[in-house]
Amino acid sequence: MIDYDYKKPESLKEVFSLLKEYGPKATLIAGGTDVMVKIRNTKKAPEVLISLRGLKDLRYIRKNNGYHIGALTTHRMLEQSDLVQTELSALHDGASEVGSVQIRNVATVGGNICNAAPSADTSGPLLALDATVVLEGPEGRRSVPIADFFTGTYRTVRKADEVLIEFQIPAETESFGSAYWKHSRRKAMELPLLGISVALKLSENKEISDARISLTVAAPTPIRAYKAEEFLKGKPLDDDVLREAGKIASSRDCCSLRDSLRCAAWYREKIIQVFVPRMARLAAERIRN
Amino acid sequence: MKKVSVSFTLNGDPVTAEVPVTWSLLKTLREYFELNGAKKGCGVGECGACTVIVDGDAVSSCLYPIPEIEGRSVTTIEGIASAEGELHPLQKAFIENNGVQCGYCTSGMLMSAKSLLDQNPDPTEDEIRTSIAGNFCRCTGYIQIVEAIGMAAETIK
Ligand SMILES: Cc1cc2nc3c(=O)[nH]c(=O)nc-3n(C[C@H](O)[C@H](O)[C@H](O)COP(=O)(O)OP(=O)(O)OC[C@H]3O[C@@H](n4cnc5c(N)ncnc54)[C@H](O)[C@@H]3O)c2cc1C
Ligand code: FES
Ligand code: FES
Repeated sequence: MIDYDYKKPESLKEVFSLLKEYGPKATLIAGGTDVMVKIRNTKKAPEVLISLRGLKDLRYIRKNNGYHIGALTTHRMLEQSDLVQTELSALHDGASEVGSVQIRNVATVGGNICNAAPSADTSGPLLALDATVVLEGPEGRRSVPIADFFTGTYRTVRKADEVLIEFQIPAETESFGSAYWKHSRRKAMELPLLGISVALKLSENKEISDARISLTVAAPTPIRAYKAEEFLKGKPLDDDVLREAGKIASSRDCCSLRDSLRCAAWYREKIIQVFVPRMARLAAERIRN
Repeated sequence: MKKVSVSFTLNGDPVTAEVPVTWSLLKTLREYFELNGAKKGCGVGECGACTVIVDGDAVSSCLYPIPEIEGRSVTTIEGIASAEGELHPLQKAFIENNGVQCGYCTSGMLMSAKSLLDQNPDPTEDEIRTSIAGNFCRCTGYIQIVEAIGMAAETIK
């Protein structure tokens, strides 16, 4: 029999005092689309669920000295935001691909990242957009670059008494274009076999002045393909250059592809080689002047 | 097991339910209110058979923790016909265009479609398809359903 208590705090202060009271017996719940499914599937529940849905002021998308996205923002809000679509396009691509409308209406971006599945659809875009994760605990706030946030499959640096507050994306992202490709067999209700995000910036003479590439389901955690990024910097945006970047991104220097029930490693390698160039082209097209 | 008392609006009427705190909205609708229109398929958010509208948005009621429904407004398939019993244009269009076979997916389909048309009265075919991408139908092949939603949008306009 599944049994738990359900707490509905209305402020962060209350959340912290509940976390202190129940310690490891408690689990935070936001949209609940990972938490409830896990309870159903394992038939095991924590003693207490502490809901974050009462923290209404953590649902926002703002541009003000960079971009700020509250942890409780739903994927649907990201999907319907013109600002996200035009200026943080990769994140728009990712959020719009999560589950179904029914899921996106309740599932949050904070939950997607804290759950830390290697396939999480907003993780790759947030890596490519160089986001910073802001955590708050009883001792105050700290910021962690998202590239340092994931420590393993379903593991992060978040301490049990910390709440994810917001994602910050640097103001310079304004001059980047970005794109995310979720490679899957069906068009909807699928986890990616592989996810590829690219964000880049061009100089006046059309050279790649900065580039970030991220991969999901290519290692135990979502990752940046740093070597491929370095290779691109200062090079022209042409087919040979992009093809080489794809090769580097798919090599052991950048990722650790595995055979799994869902997909063979050699196929994942090809997908990276095909889609790094395509996403780079799309990202370049999306640069605004 | 601990119980919780929740008050909310159900198909326009104020209601209160006292149910175990672990119940989902779906279980509460079916077992407390005996509204059996919303169906249980997968129980984990994947099939859409349990779709209802909460504060205007389509959600999977099987994943919705009942304590969260306090103060909200819920619409189910039982609440979309007029008070006099005249079917909603979506219901009529599904019947006319053979959008129903076994019927198990139908109430979920209709709720997803209703939420779409309430928010976007003039949807493109792509938008219609996106709105029901989370509703599995094992019978119709979807074509008649997509057409029926388009027909209903025309009627409502
Ligand atoms: C049918 C279905 C389809 C799905 N499809 C996809 C998909 O296509 N792509 C994809 O990426 N995911 C998918 N998911 C997974 C899930 O919907 C996402 O990961 C979602 O973003 C989780 O958000 P949530 O708010 O529901 O998280 P919850 O389930 O509430 O929480 C997830 C985890 O994060 C923790 N947490 C949540 N918020 C915070 C916070 N602010 N601070 C600290 N910890 C927090 C919780 O304790 C829990 O461990 C799907 C799920 C379902 C049921
Ligand atoms: S029963 Fe809720 S989505 Fe399948
Ligand atoms: S009519 Fe049978 S599942 Fe859709």
